[in-house]
Amino acid sequence: MRNIILFIRRFFILVVFFVLQGICIAILVRYNKTYEAVFANSATEITGRVDNQYNKVEYFFHLKKTNKQLSEENARLRNMLATNYIGPEVSTLHHLDTTFRDTTGKVRIFSWLPAKVVNNSFSEENNYLTLYRGEKQGVEKDMAVTGPDGIVGKVVLVSSNYCRVMSLLNRNSKVSAMLKKELYTGAVEWDGADPRFVTLKNIPKSAKVVKGDTVLTSNLSGNYPPGLMIGTVELVQSEQASNFYTMKVKTATNFFNLQYAYLIQNETWKEQKALEAQVTPK
Amino acid sequence: MSTLVKNIIRFILFLLVQALVLDKVPPLHQFVKPYLYFLYILWLPFNTPRIGLMFISFAFGLCMDYLSGTPGLHAAPCVLIAYLRPFLLNVLMPQEKTELSYGEPGIASIGFAPYSVYVVLLTFIHHAYLVLIEWLQFGDFLFFIGKVAATTAVSLLMIFVTEVLFYRKSRFRTNAA
Repeated sequence: MRNIILFIRRFFILVVFFVLQGICIAILVRYNKTYEAVFANSATEITGRVDNQYNKVEYFFHLKKTNKQLSEENARLRNMLATNYIGPEVSTLHHLDTTFRDTTGKVRIFSWLPAKVVNNSFSEENNYLTLYRGEKQGVEKDMAVTGPDGIVGKVVLVSSNYCRVMSLLNRNSKVSAMLKKELYTGAVEWDGADPRFVTLKNIPKSAKVVKGDTVLTSNLSGNYPPGLMIGTVELVQSEQASNFYTMKVKTATNFFNLQYAYLIQNETWKEQKALEAQVTPK
Repeated sequence: MSTLVKNIIRFILFLLVQALVLDKVPPLHQFVKPYLYFLYILWLPFNTPRIGLMFISFAFGLCMDYLSGTPGLHAAPCVLIAYLRPFLLNVLMPQEKTELSYGEPGIASIGFAPYSVYVVLLTFIHHAYLVLIEWLQFGDFLFFIGKVAATTAVSLLMIFVTEVLFYRKSRFRTNAA
């Protein structure tokens, strides 16, 4: 017993060193596996506040660009307004309604929530964003996030006023995508190299793809509404050994100056998950 | 200014500079990522107890992690260099007890050549370990080698600039003080 105590006293510093290293690795592994670090919630709240202050300054310098982006988006949305179209008969005029269930019997699936980006990284291997919207505003884990130009990522952590979003530029992110032209579905991933480009895989070689084709979210994308812009094909690589193309896709979202994003809630997501969980092998 | 206050201010300053300035620099290349924050640990005074040194570095690394978003990633290399620092200083320091007359490691206190060796070695170890942890998650050997080399070079350049810009007057600790 005495020897053990002597031993510990002698190597006390080394022991402390290993304990601290152990703690670090434990936090890291736990965080990466489950995205639920024990204190991440409160930590996000505090660093979110710092980021918010910083963003106030940064935001000012981006005002012009943000304005332009928003007005372009406004113009695009206005073009899509129902009142721009008139059907063959006036009685069948379309209406957009914000209630959960409208009188024509349509069920609302996706609802949108605007949010300010207060922190954004693009130079890491795994990038995350922080949005100034949280539980109090109805944000939940796994909600999809899209910017004014294209999709951004999905929510992985939520605190009461902030949420942390796993960006498309993250090695762990995977989004189902399709080509607008031929409806082939594939998966969009990021290889960690260039924040302007993501990789689209698993498009069979029977698809006719050329540079400049549009890539959209597919109806298999889970939380994303189908048909959201992801980007345009920049480079098509075909390997001899495989039956699939690998494509370099230029993201529609400019991650460098992202200021506003929309959180998208899939109202039927829980039901879908619950159903799918019943047949997933454990 | 007392050493404690000075180091607390440095703690905050290094964190803010890294998180708000250097992390916001648009990436030039996937290998190049400017890191400067760990210089804080290299600058801690000689007479910090070794246990204290490690706990300070752990806290410092963890704060850095929460500002950059991956808990544990920076804390681990910080603790490692804090653990290795005393050994290295023991070897590099001149035999007369300079640690009694100077406050902290610097060009003036241990000489240009030993100080460069000290900085280069610890920078390299820090980056190698940091990138190793990142690398274990993805696995690409070329990425590992390239990133360690490139980040070390960029860090060394920045440390050099910092040393020149913020010339630290190496206070001679006298008995009167």
